[in-house]
Amino acid sequence: MSKPHKKIYMAAGFNTISMGTGRSEFNPKKERPGLEYYFREAAQGTLKQIDGAKNIDECAVGNFMAARFNKQAHLGGFFPMADPELQYKPAIRVEGACASGALALVTSMKNVLAGTAEVSMSLGIEVQNTVKAIYGADILAGAGWYQKRKNGHAYFFPGQFSDRAGAYYEKYGMDYARKGMGRWFRNAVENARLCPTAQEYENKVEDLEALYNKMKPNGASFVDNLNVLDCSKVSDGASAIVVCSEEGLKRCGIDKKDAVEIIAWAHKVRNITADPEDLTEMTCIKKAAHAALEDAGITINDLATIETHDCFSIAGVLATEALGFAEKGKGAQFVADGNTARDGMIPMNTTGGLIGWGHPTGGTGVHMAVTIWEQLTGRAGAAQITINPEKPYGMTINMGGDDGTVIAIVYKRG
Amino acid sequence: MGSGILLLTAVEMADLSLKPENKGKAFVLNAMDVSKEGLAGLMMYLRAQVQKIAEKKTVALRKLYANRADLIENEEIINQYIFDVMSIVRPTTRLESAYDSTLVFEAVSENRALKVKILSQIDQNNPVEPWFFTNTSSVPIHLIDEEAGLGGRVLGFHFYNPPAVQKLVELIVTDKTNVEMTEFAKAYAKNLGKVVVPANDFAGFIGNGHFMRDALHGIQIAQNLTRELTFAEAVYAVNKVTQDFLIRPMGIFQLIDYVGIDVVSFIMGVMNPFLPDEDLHSPLLDKMLELGVKGGQYSDGTQKDGFLKYEKGRPMAVYSPDTKAYVAFSEIKEKADKWLGDVPASLIPWKAAVKVKDKDATFGKIFADMKAMNTMGAKLAIEYGQRSNAIGKKLVADNVAHNDNDVNTVLLTGFFHAYGPVNGYF
Repeated sequence: MSKPHKKIYMAAGFNTISMGTGRSEFNPKKERPGLEYYFREAAQGTLKQIDGAKNIDECAVGNFMAARFNKQAHLGGFFPMADPELQYKPAIRVEGACASGALALVTSMKNVLAGTAEVSMSLGIEVQNTVKAIYGADILAGAGWYQKRKNGHAYFFPGQFSDRAGAYYEKYGMDYARKGMGRWFRNAVENARLCPTAQEYENKVEDLEALYNKMKPNGASFVDNLNVLDCSKVSDGASAIVVCSEEGLKRCGIDKKDAVEIIAWAHKVRNITADPEDLTEMTCIKKAAHAALEDAGITINDLATIETHDCFSIAGVLATEALGFAEKGKGAQFVADGNTARDGMIPMNTTGGLIGWGHPTGGTGVHMAVTIWEQLTGRAGAAQITINPEKPYGMTINMGGDDGTVIAIVYKRG
Repeated sequence: MGSGILLLTAVEMADLSLKPENKGKAFVLNAMDVSKEGLAGLMMYLRAQVQKIAEKKTVALRKLYANRADLIENEEIINQYIFDVMSIVRPTTRLESAYDSTLVFEAVSENRALKVKILSQIDQNNPVEPWFFTNTSSVPIHLIDEEAGLGGRVLGFHFYNPPAVQKLVELIVTDKTNVEMTEFAKAYAKNLGKVVVPANDFAGFIGNGHFMRDALHGIQIAQNLTRELTFAEAVYAVNKVTQDFLIRPMGIFQLIDYVGIDVVSFIMGVMNPFLPDEDLHSPLLDKMLELGVKGGQYSDGTQKDGFLKYEKGRPMAVYSPDTKAYVAFSEIKEKADKWLGDVPASLIPWKAAVKVKDKDATFGKIFADMKAMNTMGAKLAIEYGQRSNAIGKKLVADNVAHNDNDVNTVLLTGFFHAYGPVNGYF
């Protein structure tokens, strides 16, 4: 059921600021807005664009670990807090680690296709700055198999992707690989500077790649093969969007040109208790992306832009290979040559992605959809790229864990 | 007193106790204080600091506890480490606890008679002939040794405040000090990550030998300025010159408050009898103490009010002994700043200055530019720098320090100055 049997759309996207280090208003020692604040802001930001909550049939929220970051479960019950008109309407919280956001989208899409809703709001949220990074690492490690936690790294997920980077260095050379990863970082920050909600919006470093090269990975204080610039941010933030049928769009008063059509999606899950067969390949991403493209009846050459899950720069590089833009081992070169930059062959993560915009884990999947919706409908402001009319498609790849749950969605200008 | 020393030692002992070869050995660190309240505050400080240390070295701690199957998450490992460090420390108000100790680290107030009384009492009741480390900043070690009858089992191990941060330890041995003990002291300092500067056994050693004279100079300049300025304005001006113009981490009056007006006055009193050619004494400090204005810090490390009044650790007002009240900076700043004049354009803030590699080129230019300026602030700063230089040279000439470099190292690492006092800038 990943090729819709009827037309479905997304519209009315909204992103809060991605809050955390990098933002000048962020002070870890001062009290900050919590889960409720971001939830309300994102929900209301979307509801305003669809003439109010009366037009909503049901809601889905993607969240990874509020139960530990905020000691809060049962997030479906927050929707009526955001708008009283959502009282007594169906709402559900879904979880798939950092792919929770896209699982909220999938939930909404399935319900609209099933006919149980014409308008479903998807919201993704995470508020992670409630604990120091060293404890946040414990919480995020829940995306992997707990039985492996004991022998894992203090910074568990950076450790996992450090191992992937190490395997890539061993096969293809460290300096070669880090040229691609450093360029990925540069692109992320340069794009984030064009997006006022991005965590790195105020980054003023002139020579980003020089900064990147200066910071050598140091296993004594962090992980063996990555520096902190290779990693996504610790973020507080939320995003929301609506999934509508054609009737739903009409009800909300949204013109098709202000919406994106969902052409196809693929949702794949890999056994998280087993190690990846090949550390230098994102196999689940590969399978999901190709399945979605096949169902959409297009190829990567038809895509105008992609939002891919760069929780670590090496994941960005490996995604270019998994998608088929570069052969195995050539992804670092593909990125280093500027092909994924905003003026490159295939602009990726045009508002900074997880490294530049930020990574409120459970919110990221929805943030990606909002970004593609903005780009394809000309709403991306200073971050807007030129969309070739012959390539009206966009794609999001949202990943949970280490290539664990992957949802690839193909969008078309409405 | 002594909280930072306790912290560093407890962490070092815990790390040793966790080594496989030390399994089963009992490590005990008696934390002794006369006040129960003081001990309670000390233990809270210790717990909070150990947690910070553990959070910074979690990568290493996971390896240290690799065999503990029950410790899985970082938080569990950090909590276990805090528990293990705290388990070594036994807070006590009873001196008897030291009667079976092998090493005694004494950090009571800078009072020779008190030090002698405590160390001799422990030694007389302790059959294992313990080694004594004294965190004295001014009392000559040979006098403690002789008066307490310790037979060479004592050395000066002078930390700088706060010991958890400052890199410097002044090590003072006498010709009678046990050699094995001296070697142990050096290894201990190294394990704590400290820079050891040997000082000769002369009252005040290097650190206070410079600081007390520097402070007295600052006090005298401020008093002289009261011919032109109010007392509050003069203190504000001298504090600003010694901080901003001289590129130091804090102004001289803030430093006096930081150390404690009572402590500064007391140390001057300890040193003065050994200085026949000088009078290291300030009636102004006496007057402040009479008025109950002492400075120093609360047990949680926050600054008490002294010459200056502090809000969130920053000076905001100056004490006026005449009115017995603080005058807000906002009331005097404009006039005093105007009176001092500008700093040279080449001046850099202290935070940047401590990172400067080519010190001679950078500070040489800044102070040459300052010399060329005809402002009161520049004039006072140059004069102050010259005086600091003379104090440093005198410490070497008087054989307190072995050489210029040791004097500079003490000021760089113990006082966090950006450049040493013995220089050619002024």
